[in-house]
Amino acid sequence: MTVTDTLPAPGPNARKPEPIVRVRDAYRDYPMGKETVHALRGVSLEIAPCDNVAIVGPSGCGKSTLLNLMGVVDRPSRGQVLIEGRDAGAMRDREATEFRLRHIGFVFQRFYLMAMLTARENVELPMAEAGVASAERAARARELLDYVGLGARERHRPGELSGGEQQRVAIARALANRPALLLADEPTGELDVRTGAEIIDLFRRLNRDGTAVVVVTHDAELAAAAWRTIHMRDGQIVSQPAR
Amino acid sequence: MIRALAAASLRRHPARTALAILGVAVAGALLLDMVMLGSGMRESFRRFLLVQNFQLRIAPKGTLPMDTEATIDSASAILRTLHTNPDIVAVTPVLGAQIHVLQGARALTSFAVGIDQSTEADYQLETGANVALPDRIVANAAFFKVMHVAIGDTVDAVTGFDPQLRTYVGRRKLVLVGQGRFFYTSAEQPVAAVPLATMQAMGGPQRADRVSLVLARVRDSANADSAAAWVDRVIPRVTTISTDAALRQVDERMGYFRQLAVILAAVSLVVGFLLVTTLVTVSVNERLGEIAVMRAIGVRRGRIVQQIVLEGVALSLIGAAGGLALGLVTARYLNAILSDFPGLPSTFHFFLFQPVAAVRSLGLLVLAGILAGAYPAWRAASLPIAGTLRREAIA
Ligand SMILES: Nc1ncnc2c1ncn2[C@@H]1O[C@H](COP(=O)(O)OP(=O)(O)OP(=O)(O)O)[C@@H](O)[C@H]1O
Ligand SMILES: [Mg+2]
Repeated sequence: MTVTDTLPAPGPNARKPEPIVRVRDAYRDYPMGKETVHALRGVSLEIAPCDNVAIVGPSGCGKSTLLNLMGVVDRPSRGQVLIEGRDAGAMRDREATEFRLRHIGFVFQRFYLMAMLTARENVELPMAEAGVASAERAARARELLDYVGLGARERHRPGELSGGEQQRVAIARALANRPALLLADEPTGELDVRTGAEIIDLFRRLNRDGTAVVVVTHDAELAAAAWRTIHMRDGQIVSQPAR
Repeated sequence: MIRALAAASLRRHPARTALAILGVAVAGALLLDMVMLGSGMRESFRRFLLVQNFQLRIAPKGTLPMDTEATIDSASAILRTLHTNPDIVAVTPVLGAQIHVLQGARALTSFAVGIDQSTEADYQLETGANVALPDRIVANAAFFKVMHVAIGDTVDAVTGFDPQLRTYVGRRKLVLVGQGRFFYTSAEQPVAAVPLATMQAMGGPQRADRVSLVLARVRDSANADSAAAWVDRVIPRVTTISTDAALRQVDERMGYFRQLAVILAAVSLVVGFLLVTTLVTVSVNERLGEIAVMRAIGVRRGRIVQQIVLEGVALSLIGAAGGLALGLVTARYLNAILSDFPGLPSTFHFFLFQPVAAVRSLGLLVLAGILAGAYPAWRAASLPIAGTLRREAIA
């Protein structure tokens, strides 16, 4: 039943560009009392730089779990997750944090902006953490807010923005340190169709501008906007078009 | 940015923050008061004993200190002996007794001391002049009030009444020349000072050449305890106690009291600690999602701990400042109440503000605040990111 890719052997002779994400036979088990939940059961996939992937599947099939592995906020119980060639499972907390800061952009279903900070300060937060000087930080935050179409709202706090606007601020924040990989878990999950469409549009533009985008979604339109769609069921990938 | 975030999260719930600060302030005030009380009484005793720098107190043997009935005879011989010791640089005899001021049919009673005019060992002159002549008297404010007299008045004083002869004993007309603050008696008790010779003469033959006690000043470079031992050896009729020895006795007697103060101070520290822990825990728990997101986007664990600890520090710093103000106000109020306790010398203070002790104790409170924030902060920042995000998304 399971269809898994046979991965090409990596090496200098590979014709395709080095994948930015390479997941090899990854398992993720959660102990739940005496039982064990097998959230992922032998998942393998590759994401190329500039890839645009949607992960779909029924609720509970392991989409978020997979995305978290790719985002280095979780580790596989078995198997390997390589991001930009580095083994995510072997990183210590400090390294993983630094890696997330500089190489990965995260967008969540709920926007989780800092309520007491303005839109611009929210976007500046990861840059401040990365030690970017404040003038440069402010300039880039403005640029990013312009990019997501919120240039005029930089001084607004999340409470003064609509859901779609907040999500766009969150996307700007995810892009702050120029990550090569953007991961989004149900980014339109709490938005209406029209604002959802704005986000879809933004992702497409972003991808065109050179960022690899991986989106977990129930939203058919968002999935359709991706170049390829990975279908999951019961912790496994059931179909995965070649890239 | 960290500071902005910490300030922001304290501002998010202003009422809660204000209550926590108030709580810390109350704990800080109690802490400060206990420290002021613990060290204040001792310091007060020390200052009290050291007034005018007479380190030795020579009293008749086998009597309680301040016993006004017991006296030492042949005082002039004692003074002569004391002067032979080169370590003793000043000596002042004191004779205490009751006097009665006659006003028509009434006789009002006051305590009086006969003193050596050359040293102001018992009081500090506030207005007027000293008792430079035999018929002069200086009294405290209470005396003036009770007797309804003023400086320049002449009072008709006696030391007793002989029922057989039906006459007053030691009757003298004394001119009130000054008002002073007496160190060893309470402010509300009337007390007066006259020249020692006058006091002795008023007491009649039983008081001739007698004193209640002698105060002696020891050279700075000399040891007061050994001087005291010397006096006891050469004059067997007296008991000598040095200020240091008295202080040691006071320390012994006040041991329980100081322990109580230490315990109460510790309790208030713990209360401050628990308050900050509670507040920080509550505030962290409602921000678990936010914290997990910060971690997910690459904010270091230490930075998050820093931010949360900073909140605890801000709370306890502001609280400590409030505690300082509150503590000083309550100490002054309590001091006023306690100093009204009858019989206490007016120089005696229960609460003594010592900046170093105050800063140290409030510093301890702030330290408690830091520790209080550290644990919940570290716990929250160490939660698994993926699991927390998931739980928070469901909630
Ligand atoms: N921290 C956890 N502890 C225990 N079980 C977990 C945990 N995280 C995920 N699971 C379980 O793993 C399975 C996959 O969860 P996951 O969140 O990846 O699903 P999903 O495909 O994202 O679902 P949805 O579309 O509802 O978001 C589920 O059965 C879930 O209950
Ligand atoms: Mg999910």
